[in-house]
Amino acid sequence: MTPILDIEGLSKGFTLHHLGNQIEAFDNISFKVGAGEFVLLKGANGAGKSTLLRTLYRSYLPRGGVIRFYSDHGPIDLARAADIDIAHLRRTEIGFVTQFLQTRPRVSAEAIVSEPLRLHGVPADEALTRARVALSTFGVKQDLWKAYPTTFSGGEQQKVNLARALILPQKLLLLDEPTASLDANARAALVSRLEELKEAGTAMIGVFHHPGDVEKLIDRVVDLTPDLINSEDRTDVDL
Amino acid sequence: MTLTLDAPRIVTTHPLLQVRNVSKSYGSVKALRDVSALAYPGEVLGIVGESGSGKSTLLRMMNLEETPDTGSYTLDLPDVEGNLFDLDRFARRMLCATRIGIVYQNPHLGLLMKHSSSGNVAERLLVAGERSFATLRTKATAALDASEFPLDRLDAPPIELSGGMQQRVQLAKAIALEPALLLLDEPTTGLDVSVQALVLDTLKRLQQERRITMVIVSHDLGVIRTLADRVMVMRGGTVVEAGLADQIFQDPQHAYTQQLVHAKL
Amino acid sequence: MTLQALTKPWEPMSYGFLDGSAKREIRRKMIKAIAVPGCQMPYASREVPMARGWGTGGLQVSLTLVNPAMRVKVIDQGADDSVNAASIRRFIARVAGTPTTMNTLEADLIQSRHRIPEEVLREDQVLVLQVPNPEPLRPVQPNMSIARQMHADADYGRMWLQLYEQIVRSGRVMQGASYPSLVHGRHVMTPSPIPRWDVPKLHMAKHLTILSAGREKRIFAVPPFTRVEPLVFSDVPYKVEDHAELTCHRSGTRGYLMNEIPQDDGSSLFEVSDSEWGVKAIRRRDGEDVALGETWYKNGKMPS
Repeated sequence: MTPILDIEGLSKGFTLHHLGNQIEAFDNISFKVGAGEFVLLKGANGAGKSTLLRTLYRSYLPRGGVIRFYSDHGPIDLARAADIDIAHLRRTEIGFVTQFLQTRPRVSAEAIVSEPLRLHGVPADEALTRARVALSTFGVKQDLWKAYPTTFSGGEQQKVNLARALILPQKLLLLDEPTASLDANARAALVSRLEELKEAGTAMIGVFHHPGDVEKLIDRVVDLTPDLINSEDRTDVDL
Repeated sequence: MTLTLDAPRIVTTHPLLQVRNVSKSYGSVKALRDVSALAYPGEVLGIVGESGSGKSTLLRMMNLEETPDTGSYTLDLPDVEGNLFDLDRFARRMLCATRIGIVYQNPHLGLLMKHSSSGNVAERLLVAGERSFATLRTKATAALDASEFPLDRLDAPPIELSGGMQQRVQLAKAIALEPALLLLDEPTTGLDVSVQALVLDTLKRLQQERRITMVIVSHDLGVIRTLADRVMVMRGGTVVEAGLADQIFQDPQHAYTQQLVHAKL
Repeated sequence: MTLQALTKPWEPMSYGFLDGSAKREIRRKMIKAIAVPGCQMPYASREVPMARGWGTGGLQVSLTLVNPAMRVKVIDQGADDSVNAASIRRFIARVAGTPTTMNTLEADLIQSRHRIPEEVLREDQVLVLQVPNPEPLRPVQPNMSIARQMHADADYGRMWLQLYEQIVRSGRVMQGASYPSLVHGRHVMTPSPIPRWDVPKLHMAKHLTILSAGREKRIFAVPPFTRVEPLVFSDVPYKVEDHAELTCHRSGTRGYLMNEIPQDDGSSLFEVSDSEWGVKAIRRRDGEDVALGETWYKNGKMPS
């Protein structure tokens, strides 16, 4: 299997200068993800699941370890890469789906969704067509396509968010509870889109509050509960 | 874990702007100590810090209004070579008039308050050699429109306009010639909160549409957070921390940055 | 040899009123001004027995240039017979012993306020224009130190902006007299408050024009055969005063710059502004054999 991500001895903690103390998030985590693999992060609340995703995305700076990412430009250690490289990879190869949409004022839903395609060089009209397909797949009503998502309800915003985040197949997709606040139809659409991407070779690392939603996609589980770290479970783990 | 300015990279874009090892003293006061900054094409670099941190001095240097005691400044543009601090006054003026746009906090610094708003924008085109009245008019109107300035007030002098509108005229002037670099010095400071949000919207939209490289200086973390891709935190004339905007806001490393982020959020 | 043999006899004043060092300074500044067309050269501007602002700049240049063989003509707003013109003419004649004339064709040196004569000037003639305000940038840049830098940089964006503003506010360029003009493609000058009608006469003219401001202490020049181009937008043509169709009610001459004389009934009569041209036209009409020179404008049009 083509390797995508190779994590070795990754640690993260926070120094709180005003309290003069340190908070440990996780320590010495190692696992690998290959193309088309789906890894579920598991662990009790506070075990550092979201923290790990954010560290992989470099929103958090790791304390130690190596995050080797096999980019189109060659292998790169995301823990040490220059900011500009990270910014570039985020635009082209690494996606992060959160529960929240970053809306921009006076930009229509379809424009927001088509933007990643346009930045990738897809012609404007084709990008728009694909954006509309994605919006309808996630169940956003046609009346809302030209409206500004700033005013949408949380659930509708999340659909737009998913449509945007998943429209461009990427090498690595980080999923932070994307099913929260979604209705059943949208959830089904999400799972089927993730399946498509997985087929196409996207590696995924996800945190799900109800892993049952994506059960059939999961290849492996990484448990972050401190004493279980480093023990890679298999698909047949009791979810 | 510290990241240096020149960490090995895989993506081969060159920085548009490079300021390196700049120091500047005013008498015994050290305004800047060995400060370096890079900005890549199409990105927004935010510089945040309290007054006296040296952030505005650094921005004025980027606009070639100030020359440091030591240090260099290069822009990766066709026909622009060498250390720009070595340029004479005339070359600096031409470079700034045609390639660099700036929006000042104080509109009096950037605008002729009694000339028409469209004229303020047209001046920039005139300096670049445009001599057709119709073209001047069209281009000035287009720039003002892009800055979301109400076109029925096209020829009103800025002195009769609100602060938010004045900033839009400054912005239109700055983008009229499609600058390679747009410098913003506290562009929304002093505006009402609601007006501030509208001006930030416009900046954000322009950045998204035109991919102009921007450097924005502000003491206001909210402004920086809205616009910047990467952030430099300055204090006492030095850079205490630099990183991706979301990293600076979500996982600040330095004690000063943490204090700043926690105080404002 | 006695000391007396080496010195000139005592005279109550120098030839041409100004002392030798003053004239030498003005000569040097005139040469500089000719060398850099349109660029303002500062000079000391001595006292003359006339109030500053009444033509002292032009007078000093005239007094420096004259010699006893030169015929001097002085014009004020086109007229040779106004009080100011007559006083200056008489003063120059008195201190320099020069013959005077009103006829443009006969004059060697013409000092003028606000007009260039309608008859074409020749290579051997010198025009001296009195300038109240030599700095074209003053309306846009009150700080003269910065204005000088702007000239040095050929930074004339603000000048153009002024024209833009006039069109925006009034629908046309409102600048009447002293229309800013680019000399030799380099310096913008204010051609003294001559009407727009007269500016094209300076372009590639055969004669030398010296412009001098006594109060502001500046000399600048348009050497012969030098480009003088009024600042105009490429799509808004330069317009001269709309006088081509007007007829002088006294001389019947037509197609020259006119003075408007309002009448009691609200209408207007017109009189040719170049008074000597009018006088010659009348004498010609009355049967006298008067030579009329070639004029710049032909049938009210400046040939391009």
